[in-house]
This record gives sequence, structure tokens and C-alpha cells, in this order.
Amino acid sequence: MSVSFQPLLTRFVREPGSATLDFYRARDLGYEALRKAVTTLQPGEVIEQVKASGLRGRGGAGFPTGMKWQFVLKDSPKPKYICCNADESEPGTFKDHLLMERNPHLVIEGCAIACYAIGAKVAYIYIRGEFYHVQRILEREIEAAYRAGFLGTNIFGTGFDCDVYVHRGAGAYEAGEETALIESLEGKRAQPRIKPPFPAVSGLYNCPTAVNNVETLCNVPLVIAHGPEWYAAIGPEKNSGPKLYCVSGHVNTPGVFEAPMSVTLKELIFGCAGGMRDGRTLKAVIPGGSSTPVLLPDQIDIPASFDAIAKAGSMLGSAAIIALDDTTCMVWMAKNLLAFYRHESCGKCTPCREGADWLYKLLARIEAGEGRMADIDLLLDVSRNIGGKTLCPFGDAAIAPVVSTIRHFRGEYEAHVREGRCTVPAGWRGRGTAVMAH
Amino acid sequence: MSFHPQMDYAPARFHRSARRLADQGEPFAFTPERQAAFDRSVARYPADRRRSAILAALYLVQEQQGYVSRQAMRFVATQVACTPAEVEDVVTYYVMYYRRPVGTYVLAVCRTLSCALNGAERVTEALAEALGVEPGGTDATGTFTLTEFECLGACDRAPVVMVNNEHWQERLTPDRVPRFLEDLRARGLAALGGCLHAGAEPGDRAS
Repeated sequence: MSVSFQPLLTRFVREPGSATLDFYRARDLGYEALRKAVTTLQPGEVIEQVKASGLRGRGGAGFPTGMKWQFVLKDSPKPKYICCNADESEPGTFKDHLLMERNPHLVIEGCAIACYAIGAKVAYIYIRGEFYHVQRILEREIEAAYRAGFLGTNIFGTGFDCDVYVHRGAGAYEAGEETALIESLEGKRAQPRIKPPFPAVSGLYNCPTAVNNVETLCNVPLVIAHGPEWYAAIGPEKNSGPKLYCVSGHVNTPGVFEAPMSVTLKELIFGCAGGMRDGRTLKAVIPGGSSTPVLLPDQIDIPASFDAIAKAGSMLGSAAIIALDDTTCMVWMAKNLLAFYRHESCGKCTPCREGADWLYKLLARIEAGEGRMADIDLLLDVSRNIGGKTLCPFGDAAIAPVVSTIRHFRGEYEAHVREGRCTVPAGWRGRGTAVMAH
Repeated sequence: MSFHPQMDYAPARFHRSARRLADQGEPFAFTPERQAAFDRSVARYPADRRRSAILAALYLVQEQQGYVSRQAMRFVATQVACTPAEVEDVVTYYVMYYRRPVGTYVLAVCRTLSCALNGAERVTEALAEALGVEPGGTDATGTFTLTEFECLGACDRAPVVMVNNEHWQERLTPDRVPRFLEDLRARGLAALGGCLHAGAEPGDRAS
């Protein structure tokens, strides 16, 4: 099982020098899409083409990109902004890391076309603080693009001005949420805003703003260069275009794989990522980052598309597939993820701030063999009081691992309580007590 | 009573009596080079939005004196035109700023799921044992500070360790820990493998 598909976003990423402008001009799109957009298309036509292509946001929600741009207030006298969300912190996700490191000019070209489409003059790439090694490459290549005249003033002699700046974050998962990202860009804590108003009306500096994921913006030059019909023909209907999948966990060859969304989760795990390590069997799959409910091995023979995974009861999210083998204790896994959510909750909404902490404590108690049977229902009850009761989707994300593991693996929770220990035949990876530094 | 009948709010975790203030530190000002670097950062934002450069200013502070002291927070406040309390608000939120002096090398082990599935907990334990510190602590010689970090975004090369917020070591296993520390002591940051994909130019190496 392997996927025969000519990659479009990551075609050259393994070749030496693929990050440089010379390489990008000689082998890849080479800013021809930007030239086509600004010299032959009106901004409204760019938005129409992106809408017609069916491109959906790659950050997690899958919202149509063209619609998002259309909502940006055109008539506002205020400046408009593009924010490129390079905060990539959903556990299991590392696709933007690869794109920015090995194909930075595609990101820059996408930012410039997006600016042209919504009438912005400035794009900020909000990169997570941990990616400093990537930021250095990105900044060097942005400078090269300025020197070559693809950024700056009067681009292609059309009077279109565009500046792209990199803004370094400082370690906050919540900054990946669009309004929290804007707050962070304004120099405050990364905490979400109440919506509405949406960023398209009042975003960065209270100006109309579009926030797009790195991978989303990388798809925009493809749409412009090859046309929306060509793009819409890739992959299943309403799930068009190439998609990057990050496969990690207990697989033989973890990595980023590009495929149309007709590829199945099974092909990605057993084909692209080389199957389970050490001849183990698959126990569960997290299909779209830690915030998405787990799927069982008999549920993964489905296309890895927004709609098909939603139908199976989970989400494509950021397409971060984590494969878990039969040595993984699901209580331990939920505890590991709740330690993450408890630490990363921004603290603005009480249900999420307190609730994630409670969930973690209950899970830690059960995992340590000191839980009570009633704790399992208590976990579900606390989860019910978090889900849908927070300003941003963080609350729903935090309960996903708990609710879905109890649904599919309730027996394991009960065994923990009954036996006072883990009954999963654990490998060395999941054993032992984690040392928490909080 | 809390909003859930069976669960209590965390006991005084955030009570102000338990609040640890950041170190006062020495009077602070940027060196001329860092002042120039800051001025370049601030020019990226609209003139009346200097506060956007606060994260960049704090990174420069940390580069200059190793951590962010209260004196430095006051200095940053004057630079970005906001109050010292607003600067502290930001410093205490983001995990990449240190509020007290740290070791020469700050080892941040990724502890989230993909790394944990590949033994990150064992790596932390091995580092803690070799250094004789708990996560969050600095060893006796002041060379290493050990911390745990949430997902670093390099799950295909798990377990990952970030050093000093800017340098990386991928695929660190427990049995390689003694060698890893030895190399760091002997050769400094140049000993790190970095975290770049195949095909990277030598100049891209972050170390």
C-alpha cells in the first residue's frame, strides 16, 4: 500500500537548497502565481478563484478560505492585515515546520497573494517561539524576496505594496486560536476574545484581519497558478487540494506525507508510515491532533478528509495522526494529554481552567491505582460542564481524549480502579510515573 | 463551593501569599547593539503600537542578562510604552521567559504524547538522575537547568529536547543521555544535532 501522488507542496523538500529563492524560481512556482494575480486579476477575482477551488482552512476547523477573505470588510477606511498562523502547537502536528523550513517562499508567496486579495499591505507570520531555527531561514528568505522585488513597494510595477514580517511567539498553545494570536501580536497574553466581532471585522489593532494557517496560504499560489478547476479536481468533492498528513507515534517511519484527501487513514499508517513498530498491533488512532476523539482500528478504512472523519465521529483537525499500539494504556494516554491541556489552558474561562485541572487530577488518581468507580462518571460529568462552555474551542479539545477513551476503553478505566494498577501489558514507553514540574 | 458540586477549586495555588516575585536584579538598559535590534523590531508595527514588540524586547533582555528581572521589566515598559504591570502580565504568561537565573544550558524535554510514546518520560528521568535535579531545578554547578515542555512540533523525530530556547537535539534516548551531557559540557551548543530535515544547507544549522 503506497500512495502514488505527485506532491505539490512538498515536492522538492528533500532536495538540497530547496529553501532558497533561486531554487524556488528555477524549479517551483517562483512567484509566477503572485505575478499572475497582481497583473491580470482584480482582488475580487482572486477571492472568487479561491472560493471556486473549494480550499478549506488547514489549521483545524476546515472553514472555506475564500469565504473568510470575503468577510473581511473591504470598505473600511482602516488598514487590513493578514496574519499567518505559524504557531503550530497542536500535539502531533509538524507539517508547517517542514513547509517553512524547506519551502519558505511558497509561504511568502501565499502571504503576498492573500494581502492582495483582501487589500492588506502587511502580513505578519506569527511563528511559535520554539521554531527559532525555522524563523532564521524564513527571515533570510523574506529578505531575498525583498531584494528580488517580490515584496516591498510597487511589486511588478503595479503599485501593489506588501510587507511580510515574522513575529516570534514565546510558548503558548493558546496563541494558535485566531483571536488569541491577535492578542499576542498586540503584545498581550494570548487569550481569546469574545466573538463577534470576528477578526474579519475587528481583528489586529481593531482592523479587518484574516488569520490563515501556513498550509492554507501555501495552497493559494497553487490555486492561482493552475486555476480553481484544476485544484478542485484533486481529491474528493468539498475536500479538494493536496493535504499534508503528520503521522507519528508507534509507527516505523513517522513523517509528513502529502496526499489528496481521498487517501485513507489506513493507507497513511500502514503504507506511508510503514506500519506499526516492532510487529505490534494497532490499538487506536488519533486522527487530527490531540484535540480530536480517538478512532478504533476498524474505523480507519475511511478517507482522511474533513467530511469522512467527521462522519466517523472525530475530526480531521490539523491532520496529525498519532498511531497507538497495544502497549499503550489509554488512561495513561488521557492523563498525558490532560497534563498538556491543564498546563496550556489560558485561564480566561473558568470551566476550562479549573475543569482541565480536575480532569487531570482524576486521571492521575485512577492511573495511580487510587481511583474509585464513581470517578469514571465524574470525569464524564466534569467534561459535560466544560464542553461548549468556553470562549474558544480549547474546552472541547481538552475533553475529547477523556470522553472518547472512556467511550471506547471503559473496561481499562474500570480495571485500573478494580486492580489498583495498570493491566495493559505495557512496553517500556508507557511505563513509570511521569515527573511533573508544576 | 465551586461550579461543580463534587470538585473543589485548586487549594490556594494562586493565592497571592504564595506568589513568588521575580528577582529585582540590577538596573537594566539594552546594550547599543540590542537597542538597535529592538528599534528594528519595533519598526515592523504601526507607530502607535509599540507594545507589539514586547515579546521581541523580552527575548533581547533574556539574551543580555540570562533571565528577565523586575528592573528589566520596568525598562521594557518604558521601551514599549506600557506599564510595568502589563509587562509582568506577559512575562508570567509565556513559558519561554525565565524569571530567575538559570543554568548555562536549559534542557527542555518535550513531554507531550508523541514524544512520551517514544520514551520521553524515561529521558527526563535519565537526565534528572544524571544531573541530580528534579525537573524545574538547576544542577549544583549551575551548568544545566532541566525542564519539561509541551509539544515542540517535531513529533517525527521524538523524543526531542530543546536547549536554550533556540537549539535542538532530536531522537534523544535514555541510553544516550550520559554521552549527550558529556558532549554538551565539552563542546557546548555545537554538540547538538539540531532539528533540520535532510537537504538542509550547513549554514542552516542552528547550533
